[in-house]
Amino acid sequence: MEWLADMIGTPAAVTLWTLAKIVAIVIVVTLCVAYLTLAERKVIGYMQLRLGPNRVGPKGLFQPFADVLKLLVKEVIVPTGANKFLFITAPVLSLMPALAAWAVVPFTDGAVVSNIDAGILYVLAITSMGVYGVIVAGWASNSKYAFLGAMRSAAQIVAYEIAMGFALVCVLMMSGSLNLSVIVDAQRTDLGVLGWNLIPLFPMFVVYFISAVAETNRAPFDVAEGESEIVAGFHVEYSGTAFAVFFLAEYANMILVSALAALMFLGGWLSPVPGLPDGFPWFAAKIAFLLFCFLWFRATFPRYRYDQIMRLGWKVFIPLTIVWLLLIGILMRMSWWPW
Amino acid sequence: MDFEKAAFYFFALILVLAALRVITARNPVHSALSLVLAFFTAAALWLLLEAEFLAIALVLVYVGAVMVLFLFVVMMLDINLDRLREGYWDYLVPALVVAGVMVLEMAVILGGRYFSLAQMPKPPAADPDYSNTRALGEVLYTEYVYAFEIAAVILLVAIVAAIGLTLRKRKDNKYQVPSRQISARRANRVRLVSMPSDKGDSGAAS
Repeated sequence: MEWLADMIGTPAAVTLWTLAKIVAIVIVVTLCVAYLTLAERKVIGYMQLRLGPNRVGPKGLFQPFADVLKLLVKEVIVPTGANKFLFITAPVLSLMPALAAWAVVPFTDGAVVSNIDAGILYVLAITSMGVYGVIVAGWASNSKYAFLGAMRSAAQIVAYEIAMGFALVCVLMMSGSLNLSVIVDAQRTDLGVLGWNLIPLFPMFVVYFISAVAETNRAPFDVAEGESEIVAGFHVEYSGTAFAVFFLAEYANMILVSALAALMFLGGWLSPVPGLPDGFPWFAAKIAFLLFCFLWFRATFPRYRYDQIMRLGWKVFIPLTIVWLLLIGILMRMSWWPW
Repeated sequence: MDFEKAAFYFFALILVLAALRVITARNPVHSALSLVLAFFTAAALWLLLEAEFLAIALVLVYVGAVMVLFLFVVMMLDINLDRLREGYWDYLVPALVVAGVMVLEMAVILGGRYFSLAQMPKPPAADPDYSNTRALGEVLYTEYVYAFEIAAVILLVAIVAAIGLTLRKRKDNKYQVPSRQISARRANRVRLVSMPSDKGDSGAAS
């Protein structure tokens, strides 16, 4: 980076360097999304005693590119009576938060685009904007099914965001910081896996991960899509590239919430066994495991009924997180803390 | 013009335009979305003032939660625009009075003796270790803890009152009791009956 600063001056060099990092993250996330879709079809295929896609390339490895090409050359149809500007803006609104939140995610010690102090708050604020893509899409489509999907999604995301927020408050009480790098460092002990936030905050990890599944509109919480009831929910009128962007946003969000869960509860890039070196491969492995859980849930559980989703969010998760918050507070105050 | 100033004018321009759209847009959904944009740019302006906690809280609370519910309601209501525009001229005079009072208040604060720009120099830039969130938390939970708790109680009362005002119990509602649903066992619902297969007729149809 120094040679660049010598050549064009420091401010321009910093800007270019940051842009390069952003482009690198976006490309890697997009590639991960492509192969996550393939992994999803393969994993669910094997779970259902099928082979999954295996025609394009060796063992079907080029299938995502064939899918992308198909989606890109398809026509984008704007329904009559739809609000054209908002109809086109909606997919962008849902993709933006899924990518912008990566700015504060540390990949390993010090490898982060922006090491800001209020990292968790930033992530919460940015991801809370993802719901606008869904709502605006549902409204701008001028379709009843899309609108019903948008309404369901709005209610669901508002309900689960509170539980998610409380679970994260427990994490930041444990580590005393909002900075994601500091949160990971606070989990560094000589005991490996026993020092992670997973052990004292296990119920919060469960609440966070289930809320994450609900926030990303994945099965079994995918009532916003609900193929059997409201066709495809909020994106029923979308085709071609616009649909592909929604698809990209959903999978990018899955990777993002898995990365956050790995950072906050599973010790990020720390090694689970004392003695082994820490590093990015551990972080990647943890994300991959959590993503596998997403696919596993989808293949295992039937879709929740809408009132059951609301009950779980408001009447089970929120009281549970408040009780656990109080418990952690008392334990820390009384210094009965074994960690 | 340095970068900070350029950024300020950029966001301020968007903020003013978005705020104008809120009151001029014909469609209430467009108004609500413009309000979202206004909140977001206001948060960006606060970031320029190094108030990152407040800026992020503004996005988190107003953009992420309040406006979602607001939009939810605006989209559900079938708002009749002509009814909404009725009595425009009747409200114009009181509205102008209120607007005049607001302009006067702003003028008193910004142009007055105590708060003018000369009296309020730019605060020194915080050092890199300074955490906005921690500073706010320390003040809020020590010096202002009573005010904070009173505000919390008032909000709690407001929540209870809002629910109390709107809760209507219908007598013909059907409820599901989740604990009873979960405790249902196969033995209560299904009876397996062993039936002997009909051997005498085998092959008769073929």
